[in-house]
Amino acid sequence: MTDTAPATATRTPTEAAGPVPDQLDGVDLESWGLGTNNATGLTNNKLGMWLFLGSDCLLFGALISTYLLMRHRGTGLGPEDVFDIPFTSVSSFVLLMSSMSMVFAVSSIARGDGPKLRLWLLVTALLGGTFIAGQVYEFTSFYREGLGYTTNLFSSAFYSLTGFHGVHVSVGIIMLMSLFVLSLTGRLEQDRAETVEIVGLYWHFVDIVWVLIFTIVYLIP
Amino acid sequence: MAIVERPTTETLELEAGPRHATQDDALGVFRRPQGATGWRSWLFTVDHKRIGIMYGAAALFFFVIGGIEALIIRTQLAAPDQAIISADLYNQLFTMHGVTMVFLVVMPIGASLANFLIPLQIGARDVAFPRLNAFSFWCFLFGGVFFNSSWILGGGAADGGWFAYAPNTSVIFSPSHGMDFYAIGLQITGIASLVGAINLIATILNMRAPGMTLMKMPVFTWMSLVTQFLLLFAMPVISVALFLLTFDRLFDANFFDVSAGADPLLWEHLFWIFGHPEVYIMILPAFGIVSETIPVFSRKPIFGYEFIVFSGAAIGFMGWGVWAHHMFASGLGPISVAAFAVSTMFIAVPTGVKILNWMATMWGGKLSFTVPMLFSIGLVTMFTIGGLSGVSHAVAPSDTQQTDTYYIVAHFHYVLFGGALFGFVGGFYYWWPKAFGHMLRESLGKAHFWVMLLGFNLTFGPMHVLGLEGMPRRTHSYFDGYGFNVWNLLSTIGAFLIALSFLIFFTNIFVSARDARKPGWIPPGPDPWDARSIEWMTACPAPAHNFDHVPVVTHRDEFWYRKYGETDDHRIVRIATAEEVAQTGARTDVHLPAPSYWPILLCASFPLIGWGLIFNLGIAFAGGALALLAMYGIALEPADDPDAGHGDHHDDHGLGSGDGPEAAAPPADGDPDKEATLVD
Repeated sequence: MTDTAPATATRTPTEAAGPVPDQLDGVDLESWGLGTNNATGLTNNKLGMWLFLGSDCLLFGALISTYLLMRHRGTGLGPEDVFDIPFTSVSSFVLLMSSMSMVFAVSSIARGDGPKLRLWLLVTALLGGTFIAGQVYEFTSFYREGLGYTTNLFSSAFYSLTGFHGVHVSVGIIMLMSLFVLSLTGRLEQDRAETVEIVGLYWHFVDIVWVLIFTIVYLIP
Repeated sequence: MAIVERPTTETLELEAGPRHATQDDALGVFRRPQGATGWRSWLFTVDHKRIGIMYGAAALFFFVIGGIEALIIRTQLAAPDQAIISADLYNQLFTMHGVTMVFLVVMPIGASLANFLIPLQIGARDVAFPRLNAFSFWCFLFGGVFFNSSWILGGGAADGGWFAYAPNTSVIFSPSHGMDFYAIGLQITGIASLVGAINLIATILNMRAPGMTLMKMPVFTWMSLVTQFLLLFAMPVISVALFLLTFDRLFDANFFDVSAGADPLLWEHLFWIFGHPEVYIMILPAFGIVSETIPVFSRKPIFGYEFIVFSGAAIGFMGWGVWAHHMFASGLGPISVAAFAVSTMFIAVPTGVKILNWMATMWGGKLSFTVPMLFSIGLVTMFTIGGLSGVSHAVAPSDTQQTDTYYIVAHFHYVLFGGALFGFVGGFYYWWPKAFGHMLRESLGKAHFWVMLLGFNLTFGPMHVLGLEGMPRRTHSYFDGYGFNVWNLLSTIGAFLIALSFLIFFTNIFVSARDARKPGWIPPGPDPWDARSIEWMTACPAPAHNFDHVPVVTHRDEFWYRKYGETDDHRIVRIATAEEVAQTGARTDVHLPAPSYWPILLCASFPLIGWGLIFNLGIAFAGGALALLAMYGIALEPADDPDAGHGDHHDDHGLGSGDGPEAAAPPADGDPDKEATLVD
């Protein structure tokens, strides 16, 4: 099958010194792979965050499933005994509003407006902090009513699920405050707007997960 | 060579352009590691090839540990009524053997080959996140070390089986710290797999060379992509299961406490929702390997590329819908059992498609039975046996009989050892020159193959009979007179033959490396196998920057199309030698990601946190502080050290044109001999 008959070949080898670099019109091959000069046009960072969030969906999916299986099994205090829906509604509203301020932060850095960026980052972090403070208050009052982590199946599942979400929000606050400090020290300029956008993706995801948790855990009896 | 960095004292004139952070901004604790030789260059490397090699070396190390555990198990079972080891130690040994082989051997070898090969196969300089890649490796290694430290620190290693069914894993039934080490150790290796998955998916999607559409990718890259997606979605599920187990054991939560009303089936569901995709996570990379080697050694393109690719993707999807076939004996109810039995039979279809494609590729080909080809054929045949016994599990009434017998042990060793490991070893032989610049000896390789094939079948073949005779698995001894004696003895002899075959392999590694240092040794050149895909279109061993110039891809099997053409009367003719087509790898001015201290430091904190959670929270807080420091270290350190490994394209970042010649000048020690030492 593989004869050597170069006389009729359709292509000829390049000079013996080594192959000539490939060329492609309209593509900068030398910087291929840097920034958005790649196969999808998305930066690696943004694609990586999307992939992580996809994975995180399964984490919360498994935790929510566990909660649904556990909440009406076992004995002792149940959801309807401890939940304070009006209070949690207010703190949920606070968290949802933080998504809006996050959008303002992303739009500020896209315009290169450093002071506005810092203002909205701070507002977002404060709203997130308010939500976490509400969660701490809620956990404390449940504990006072006799619902400890080890009390029953419902309590273990409830504290684990909402606790994992609380940790996600706290990590988000740490990222927001890091961005705030970076911006103060002049290391977060307009050319890095995407960094804020990626933190924003994470923040919105955490909010959406809370909408699910609030609906499934608190609202659906 | 490009990653030979100059220790520089001059200040860079970066002020002219947009501000880029320099190394002094990076927390100011360490200067970045410099230099491309010595042990430091391995500890702090972010080069995907070195990380792949380290993954492989670590996996082989754990393979020896897991293999010794298996040999002790087989020695105990060689004859009836033996008590060479206690029943308690036996429980620990089969648990540790299983977990080690699954999480610390087969998965990391897959990660090893994926790390090493994917950037080369898609024409990229490195992976999307080089430092996260280093993080993944160290995280896996420290997780494995942490897990195995339970032998010394745990008061007994994990003893609940690799599947760790509740409530056997509760403190009451497993009072040693072994299962704590299991839960936290797998959590750590799980982080490694998750981060690796994000990294490799981003690499494959984003960094393919221009022209390489998804349907022009090599099959190994395709199968790795499916594998990484499975990891991405399976890992969080096992994470949750392990968190629940950890909370139960360490903080007295109630998730698997039956007396509090819990349902231990929750663990089985969570574990197998992860566990069945995990099966495909282990086998699909091996499928990818043989899809590369069989066409090369049959001298034909792969038969039905689209079918191979889409059946792999189909396995990836369907793998999520079959998990409960591991639970037929747990009382799921007839409807669930029927549904999962049917879906399990269906998933045999895409696997069968692949087997057919490999055989059709060989059909009418000009076969050459090199060592990689032998191992590939070994996979096709042995995996088919394992696949057929797998279909017999899909028949629920039959499976109820087979559950917890040696028939199951026979089945999963035929697919994991006969399938995955045969493929991986074949891959080692095939890509060895790409990694180290020299071939492994064919003669020793063939001895390795035949002894391994014989030993493997002798070990696991008789287990089918034992299982059908009713010998239960996970039992420490068996009585005389049940007809188990002969088969168990044969199985033990086989296990030692497998050990012998790997001794031959390790000898081969050593002897071949020594051959390559002898005077008069002839290097294999860039293309020792007359291969088809573009990882062979650069020098062997692959230079640190992979490709001198980004290749532009116009065909599937691009490299082959550059070497061969077609005459007017449709004959295939050679139009260029590999040396004429392949890049020389001699370029010295390519900018590469800089090495970093932070990944290994961050990972070193994880075992501290683990030990701290088990023994003393103070250690955990110290570990947590180190983790936080290292995370900020990674985040604030510029991924791209503009100070090192300069490339010519840095001119567009505002470097004055005046210092262009100096910046682009190759370092004095960038000669080809040094280049070999980089990777070897």
